[in-house]
Amino acid sequence: MSQRKRVSTSQSSSQNKRPASLSLTATNDDDDSMFTLPSTSQVLKGLENLTEEQVYQKTAEVLQYFLVRDQKKIPIRRADIMKHVVKDYRNIYPEIIKRTARTLDQVFGLKLVEIDTKNHTYILINKLEEPEGMTSSSGPANLKSGLLFVVLGLIFMKGGFVRENLIWNLLKKLHVDIGQKHNDFGDVKKLITEEFVRQRYLEYVKIPHTEPVEHEFCWGQRADVEVSKVKILELMAQLHKDRPESWSQQYKEAHSALSTSSQATSSSQR
Amino acid sequence: MSQQMDNSHRKFLQSMMTNGIVDEQRAAMLYQQCCDTYKTKCLPDKLNDFIDTINSKLQPLFMQIRKGWSEEDGQQHYALVNVAETDISRMSSDYADYELVLFRKTIELIVVSETGQASSTDILNSTDTMTTKKLKKSETEHLLNRLVRDKWLTECVVLLSFKKRGEYSLSTRCVIEMEPYIRTMYQEQLKMCHICHNIAFQCQICENPTCCIKIHNPCVARYFKNKSEPRCPACDDFWPHEIPEIHQPLSQSK
Repeated sequence: MSQRKRVSTSQSSSQNKRPASLSLTATNDDDDSMFTLPSTSQVLKGLENLTEEQVYQKTAEVLQYFLVRDQKKIPIRRADIMKHVVKDYRNIYPEIIKRTARTLDQVFGLKLVEIDTKNHTYILINKLEEPEGMTSSSGPANLKSGLLFVVLGLIFMKGGFVRENLIWNLLKKLHVDIGQKHNDFGDVKKLITEEFVRQRYLEYVKIPHTEPVEHEFCWGQRADVEVSKVKILELMAQLHKDRPESWSQQYKEAHSALSTSSQATSSSQR
Repeated sequence: MSQQMDNSHRKFLQSMMTNGIVDEQRAAMLYQQCCDTYKTKCLPDKLNDFIDTINSKLQPLFMQIRKGWSEEDGQQHYALVNVAETDISRMSSDYADYELVLFRKTIELIVVSETGQASSTDILNSTDTMTTKKLKKSETEHLLNRLVRDKWLTECVVLLSFKKRGEYSLSTRCVIEMEPYIRTMYQEQLKMCHICHNIAFQCQICENPTCCIKIHNPCVARYFKNKSEPRCPACDDFWPHEIPEIHQPLSQSK
């Protein structure tokens, strides 16, 4: 197998043709808020100055970056992509992102979603429906998912916002006590309020004017796009030994969410 | 010649991304599962063709699912590797520059060692010579743990006069991915197995000072199987080392 000679990006100087710098890009690398997306004509102009191979190379690097970051379920910030990977190629950034999204879809079955259009943060969600009984992830990850789904379910059933004490009490009834170290989860409170929040599955927000400080939970941005409300309702119905339709309001909400294109469920659900 | 990717290929690829490396049995199992799930035909001997299809799409991305041999268990493994360069770039999304410097030092220590292992003490001491940010002991240990968790290094815990000592070797996945890099950097110091002619890190060495050939542990197991008096294939001296048992794969039925 032939080794492709890679142009080093760890050094600031590049051996390849330097892309034409355009005045629109910010001079400060860290200041992503100054960065305005180049227009289509600017992108086309930028592409003229690069070889196809250079664009391929850069796209591959961005893709790698996404894949590695996403393995940890950390949302990926545009500012970081710019600073660490795109660098001099920021004038063709829209083209790179377009190609990256396409490749993620066609080769990996992953969908690139911008969950925060203000701060420009991305996550990858799995387009492949996970069928019952087959799991690619190892044990601990599955248990965590189980716990997460229960919490998401509780929040959903209660109308979308729940005070934290209610969650802790309900979990206690399921033998998950935040006061004690759990066999599988360890520090449960930390898992829920830190890890799940960092991964954007949950939001943990201070309730103003509470003393001592109380928080409430709601669904996070990743849960909104990744988790099916229909499935959650079915899970809750199972737990209560009842039918999803018994909760008419939630049922309506879940199925209207399903029909909007923002849901990431596959067509087999319909 | 290579067909289009469908969801069974994508599922397999996603599993490879999660696992990093799988042995041959598990790969065959995954192949079966992916085909069953997405209702594509699964032909028993077509795993390599299946993987070739995926690889054809991965090639422009400088990635490959590469088959390699493990010197720990003598089994074939499949690993998802980055083939862009001779340097260790895939990790650069995950590890800071100074951490990669330490990792390179660890590779060097392992390559030049006789045992194919580096102790945590030696790795720690090597940080003294680093010109980039110097790492504290706890930071080094934390980094080594991460490298083990991410399957770049394998840790073997050795009890030495009641004190636990960590010895680190290169994981199979690391060897498969870094082989080009290691070959380029350490041409002179590399040990080669006399039997299978692959690179050898952890191996047995002939004690005849004029011979010194190296043989992987699994290769020793196979070569000296049922030999009552093992003799060095090169110099015919008695082979003094313990002959390991041949590693049996878990699922024998297929």
